[in-house]
Amino acid sequence: MIAAVVSLTLLGAVLGLMLGFADRLFAVEVNPVIAQVEAMMPGSQCGQCGFPGCSAAATAIVDGRAAVTICPPGGKALAAALSAKLGISLDLSDVVDEGPKLAQVAEEICIGCCRCTKACPTDAILGAAKQIHNVIREACTGCGNCIERCPTEALTMRPIPVTLPHWVWPKPQVA
Amino acid sequence: MHGQWHEMCGVVARNTGTLLMSLLNEFALLMVTTALVNNVVLVKFLGLCPFMGVTKTLDTAFGMGLATTFVITMASGVCWMLENWVLLPLGIDYLRILTYILVIAAVVQFTEMVVKKNAPDLYQTLGIYLPLITTNCAVLGLPLLSALEKAGFVHSLLYGFGSSVGFTLVLLMFAGLRERLALARVPAAFSGAPISFIAASLLALAFMGFAGLAAK
Repeated sequence: MIAAVVSLTLLGAVLGLMLGFADRLFAVEVNPVIAQVEAMMPGSQCGQCGFPGCSAAATAIVDGRAAVTICPPGGKALAAALSAKLGISLDLSDVVDEGPKLAQVAEEICIGCCRCTKACPTDAILGAAKQIHNVIREACTGCGNCIERCPTEALTMRPIPVTLPHWVWPKPQVA
Repeated sequence: MHGQWHEMCGVVARNTGTLLMSLLNEFALLMVTTALVNNVVLVKFLGLCPFMGVTKTLDTAFGMGLATTFVITMASGVCWMLENWVLLPLGIDYLRILTYILVIAAVVQFTEMVVKKNAPDLYQTLGIYLPLITTNCAVLGLPLLSALEKAGFVHSLLYGFGSSVGFTLVLLMFAGLRERLALARVPAAFSGAPISFIAASLLALAFMGFAGLAAK
């Protein structure tokens, strides 16, 4: 038994050391800002910006190939945060931000086809075949992927209803 | 005296020549056997995940084939050393699969680092399939098979290399077929995965024909 334990431990240690050295040897220089920008994005990989995911979008933004306003789910708040982070001056007046929205199922026309559940990147839509679906509000990121999948147009993007726990004082309008 | 010397040289040269010829013969035979007759994908049905997964285009199939070839050849060599210098002398051959998987995982990690550094585009296109080489059963199966046959070091290396060349060959052929299929008019019921499966089975049938090469 000791032989087994010692030999496997040694093998693991040797392989680990070799991989550690290889990691140093083959290290790829990555701009650390990209990871920071990616952490600020919604992370739902919805693809509304036209890039295959938030990671690719973050790379494009840092490289200057994309504007900071390309992220629809992030809205004005993300654009402002990104411009502050990257030191880009930004005119937010022409950015249309209708406030955060969530998907909602109209239960009287949902036929329970399950197409929206497959499109949802965050598994926010509940439902089984021929059962009325519903959206878990806490999990929905408002990417809108499910809207066009719905054959009966039962899914719509609705503004988040204002309730006491998350009502905020409206900000004063600038001029 | 002089004539004797010449004669001796001739004998030595002839012996070396026949030895080289027999080695080359064996090498060619082993390559044909492993790459074609006992093809790892289409005859032994190992490693079917990348066979269906990364054969949409020729480029990815070739990259995947090269990466898997490197991993299998390396793993075959290292696993042979561990088998004969560690596992058998210590009598712990019941740890064979565990040890092999450990080695394979390390080699795959190493390959991933190299590919990421030297071919970022390939790294992007291979995506999840690169770390999944670890769970490619061909990579574990080939060292296990050569351990079962108690093959020598060079033999196991060649066995691994030949099999992975066969793997790459089949991946390339199937990718070519699928690139053609993408342009062909396929009935709606067969389009996508079903027609790929049918093409794969026809390719496997074709490879069954190589079985005749072995029984001569």
